[in-house]
Amino acid sequence: MQLPPAVHARLAGGPGAAEPLPVERSPKAGAVPFRFTARQVRFPREHEFFEDGDVQRHLYLQDVLTQVAGAPERPRVPEFTCQVAGCCQVFDALEDYEHHYHTLHRNVCSFCKRAFPSGHLLDIHILEWHDSLFQILSERQNMYQCLVEGCTEKFKTSKDRKDHLVRRHLYPADFRFDKPKKNMSPATPRATVQVSAEALGAEGEQVEGDAMEVCSEPAGERHTAGRRIPPTICFGQGASRGFKSTKKRNKHQ
Amino acid sequence: MWLRRQGCLRPAGCGVEELRRRRREREAALRKARREQQLISKRLLRDDAPEEGEGGCVAVILGQAEIQQFLQLAQRGTEEKERGRALVSLRRGLQHPETQQTFIWLEGSMRTLVGLLTSNQALLQLEAARCLHELSHSEQSAVAEACLPATSYLLTYLSGHSSDFIELCLYTLGNLIVESEAVRRQLLPQGIVPALAACVQSPHVTVLEALGYALSQLLQAKEAPEKIIPSVLGSTLPQHMLQLLQPGPKLNFGVAVEFAWCLHYITCSQVNNALLITHGALSTLGLLLLDLAGAVQRTEDAGLELLACPVLRCLSNLLTEAAVGAVGEQMQLRDERVVAALFILLQFFLQKQPSLLPEGLWLLNNLTANSPSFCTSLLSLDLIEPLLQLLPVSNVVSLLVLTVLCNVAEKGPAYCQHLWPGPLLCSLLGTLAFSDTEVVGQSLELLQLLFLYRPEAAQAFLQQSGLQALERHEKEAQLQDRVHALQQTALHS
Repeated sequence: MQLPPAVHARLAGGPGAAEPLPVERSPKAGAVPFRFTARQVRFPREHEFFEDGDVQRHLYLQDVLTQVAGAPERPRVPEFTCQVAGCCQVFDALEDYEHHYHTLHRNVCSFCKRAFPSGHLLDIHILEWHDSLFQILSERQNMYQCLVEGCTEKFKTSKDRKDHLVRRHLYPADFRFDKPKKNMSPATPRATVQVSAEALGAEGEQVEGDAMEVCSEPAGERHTAGRRIPPTICFGQGASRGFKSTKKRNKHQ
Repeated sequence: MWLRRQGCLRPAGCGVEELRRRRREREAALRKARREQQLISKRLLRDDAPEEGEGGCVAVILGQAEIQQFLQLAQRGTEEKERGRALVSLRRGLQHPETQQTFIWLEGSMRTLVGLLTSNQALLQLEAARCLHELSHSEQSAVAEACLPATSYLLTYLSGHSSDFIELCLYTLGNLIVESEAVRRQLLPQGIVPALAACVQSPHVTVLEALGYALSQLLQAKEAPEKIIPSVLGSTLPQHMLQLLQPGPKLNFGVAVEFAWCLHYITCSQVNNALLITHGALSTLGLLLLDLAGAVQRTEDAGLELLACPVLRCLSNLLTEAAVGAVGEQMQLRDERVVAALFILLQFFLQKQPSLLPEGLWLLNNLTANSPSFCTSLLSLDLIEPLLQLLPVSNVVSLLVLTVLCNVAEKGPAYCQHLWPGPLLCSLLGTLAFSDTEVVGQSLELLQLLFLYRPEAAQAFLQQSGLQALERHEKEAQLQDRVHALQQTALHS
């Protein structure tokens, strides 16, 4: 197929529409027995007109997905240590470090050091756990917001929210990022005791062997840093997430 | 910017012929699947070679005891690296369908895996996610559906920041989405659309490509027009999609391909195309078309047809919206360069992918049908002859070429003056010899218009044995009346 040079030149030129030649139709055009009418055409999704293009698309996807399924080769670098204070994790690949940093150091609550997968969940946590105004307001209005992004519902209690998450959003009942805070007055003085803050929620949930925030650090190893620690706080780091191990850890893990 | 992901994973020891053969097989399977409306089935998306792992590692069949051992080691091992390695071993095993089955039927196994996925050990999270990804790839429904307990977490992690991890979660979700309507019935209330909408603001190209993939799978679902597309259109996704399709230095080919297909699934569902037009879809796609033609001119052969196809489809469908007439000047597609670009692409298709010629010509029809301006462009840019050169390709192509020519001819004498004298008449005498009734029928329509607005053409037709060409079809039921009418016209001219 030969294209005149004007075509390439036109593509390189500026925008603009052609000045149309005058249109002048005769009523005999397309008249019986003829039937032509100029008309635009639509094709719906499943039309066979799209078959070839769709097949090409899926062949491409097959190739891409095959690549993705393989584990990436990570370039190795000389070993280096995480620079966050208190963390001694060592790495020899940048991608591993990136994930480590984002998982453990990025969205960390400055009050209780608990790490969250996203800024959104961290914000909700700080509001509900560390904001005394929240407690006061929540007595009068629905303050517990739904965790699902895009859902604007708010609830009176954390339990109501959980019910909503389960019923409306089909979340698991033991969703690990929705542990209710233990209902204690922050002013109550308490000796530093090992507390499983979420293991016993206000509604008396059972301790789950693999609950995310179960604390297994004995008091002696607590990282006080010279501050008065509210007794409802359990330090997330070092908690054995997801299993019954009671291994003690000193590092931010 | 036009380079796409380099290199495909090739099974070891495969020659070129073998690859071609496999590709033909895969293509045949896909065609069959599409005709059965099963093309969205993920079963066909995975390269069917579970025994061939990468880097010489072979997928091993693991028994129950071994799986349990690896899981325990991952949960309770003393050293993080050791625990990670246990999961790597598990993942290799999970590449095999038998191991997958054993795994999902083992009590507590998925629970443990989800526990590791949500642990605060970054390495374990990543390895657990890879195991899950392997499972999501499975051809067996039960295996993929066993991954459902993990979906709320996969969605939660989309709001995180670790790009590799998010990419993995997205491909996993994409695989699960395609699995069944049951899976989607869980993912939709879990908030997959808002999660994707939040994630689309990521600056990482790999994340965006994965997101486009997952979204395209979602939009391709059978129930999408009623259940999915409305909420996608109601989110911020359309604006972001169009932004990611804008030509310029930031345009990434892989990302653009995914989102162009997303846009196609939306537009061909005809849910609310007017909304897309108000977001400037026509002008964005038009500019992208120009960009594609430019890339073709520079002979950048990087699978451009993969992007051209959905762009053409979207433009063609969007042009049919009534809203087009009502929207402001800059929103409409009037730029003559679009016609130039389209022909450059048609030429490219003729060489590389002739099966896409009909799609390109469909756009040309929709551009020219109601537009004197575009019809004039065809004439002033001398594109009639190139168009005629496409006639021999196939019946479908011939029919479309003739339709476009009718679009031009029906606009009246000023247009037909440019159609004859010229090669058109000779070509029509050629198409009258075709056996396909529709092609011949359309040729007759064009002849009628030509004779009506350019009577001298009828005389020339007679002189070139036109009557004999017509006689051939005198007995054909669908054609007789028109043949007869033309014979009369020609004789009286």
